[in-house]
Amino acid sequence: MLSKRVVACLDVRDGHLAKSVKFVNTQNIGDPVEKAREYYLDGLDELVFYDITASSDKRNIMLDVVEAVASQVFIPLSVGGGIRSVADATDLRLAGAEKINVNSAAVARPDLINECSEAVGDQNIVLSMDVRRVQVSSEQPSGYEIVINGGRTPTGRDALDWALEGEKRGAGELVVNSIDADGTRDGYDIPLTSAIAEAVRIPVIASGGAGLPEHLHDVLTDGKADAALVASMVHYGDYRVSGLKQYLHEQGLKIRMSW
Amino acid sequence: MTWILDYDAGNLGSVKRACTEVGLNAEFSAHPDAVTQAERIIFPGVGAAGSAMRSLRERGLDTALKTAIASGTPVLGICLGMQVSLDYSEENDTQTLGLIGGRVQRFKLNRPELKIPHMGWNEVRVKQAHPVLAGIDAGDEFYFVHGYFPSTTAPEHALAVTDYEDDFTCALGKDNYIGTQFHPEKSGRVGLRLFENFARWDGVWRPHEASTQNGGDDNAE
Repeated sequence: MLSKRVVACLDVRDGHLAKSVKFVNTQNIGDPVEKAREYYLDGLDELVFYDITASSDKRNIMLDVVEAVASQVFIPLSVGGGIRSVADATDLRLAGAEKINVNSAAVARPDLINECSEAVGDQNIVLSMDVRRVQVSSEQPSGYEIVINGGRTPTGRDALDWALEGEKRGAGELVVNSIDADGTRDGYDIPLTSAIAEAVRIPVIASGGAGLPEHLHDVLTDGKADAALVASMVHYGDYRVSGLKQYLHEQGLKIRMSW
Repeated sequence: MTWILDYDAGNLGSVKRACTEVGLNAEFSAHPDAVTQAERIIFPGVGAAGSAMRSLRERGLDTALKTAIASGTPVLGICLGMQVSLDYSEENDTQTLGLIGGRVQRFKLNRPELKIPHMGWNEVRVKQAHPVLAGIDAGDEFYFVHGYFPSTTAPEHALAVTDYEDDFTCALGKDNYIGTQFHPEKSGRVGLRLFENFARWDGVWRPHEASTQNGGDDNAE
């Protein structure tokens, strides 16, 4: 039986680790390579790097970070942020990224998903979506809307509809990130996660809002997620990856416990 | 020299990095001469069976691999590199290398909550002891990403199984060839151990002995 995954997300800006709260006021919290190694040795199942570098001339720093991490961390490495073309995806793959996350650029030009999944294999393309809660309307029947550009720009696109389109276009996995929950540590958006996980047949990684071990448990059970993404709760030392996994294991979830 | 077959311009850096980590000096090659003269061969794979086989044939690597295997060179196939070692793959309806009898099929799952591809960490249960699988303990998990799975014609070629609705063969071997469906290069410490084992393996393995050591296996003759 497949284990539920604990995934840590490291936001990287100009080669440094940052963590945003509701996507503003990012704080620098250390060296991404060191942090990645620490989590790997502590039993992390998968690592996501999100490049939030604003200026394009500093983009290559990310390739160096990915390369450095890939030579020390022998678990799947997923990278996202600012991927606009197959060339961007290929560069990151060659640097050592296993999976490529597409986000805003795919909303603007959905063919990007098809092109990338054709180029590097659909199992390696992750559609990462930032979602906010809205009034149920004919345009957004699920009550969730896709937002882009780090949560700043609403698109009018229904989140559930976009998830299904992403799957059809060849995404191999979804990251569902709740903008409302992100950084609050109040728990994942369970209804959002389960609505999407039940509608698609590809794995779903829940993101945004983790603050307590119970939150991971809830989203991996009620939320139907295949993986739970954590950030601040481990970055600031409040919890350890191994501790979270031990807790989930004790709650009866199938978790990888030897590493 | 250990050569990593780079026959389809895939992302094979992770395989090389894992080799480096365990002190196995390995380089990429897509040349048949490298294969026939290799000390060891790692045969990874990305993409689909159809294009992989085309690429192998165009480069003459299909014949070179058969020559190397016949001469006793230890070969480690990973994921698609393992799958194309069987006779046939349902993926792109492809005739594959036929190094080991068997076929590769698409998962057909009944339980709706099980996703395809089978992606993530899952337990590997060793059924027959093998030098390359030494040190894998009960409960150890490896990283998988695949929508197709192998089954060998002869049960004695199946070395380990993993459960995804049903058990499927996740490691197979014959003589100096061993292949895994999982990705040891992405499987943490236990995965690195497998590369370490492979680096030391002389290419000798027989199902009889192994199953006896293992306390007997129903499938082995």
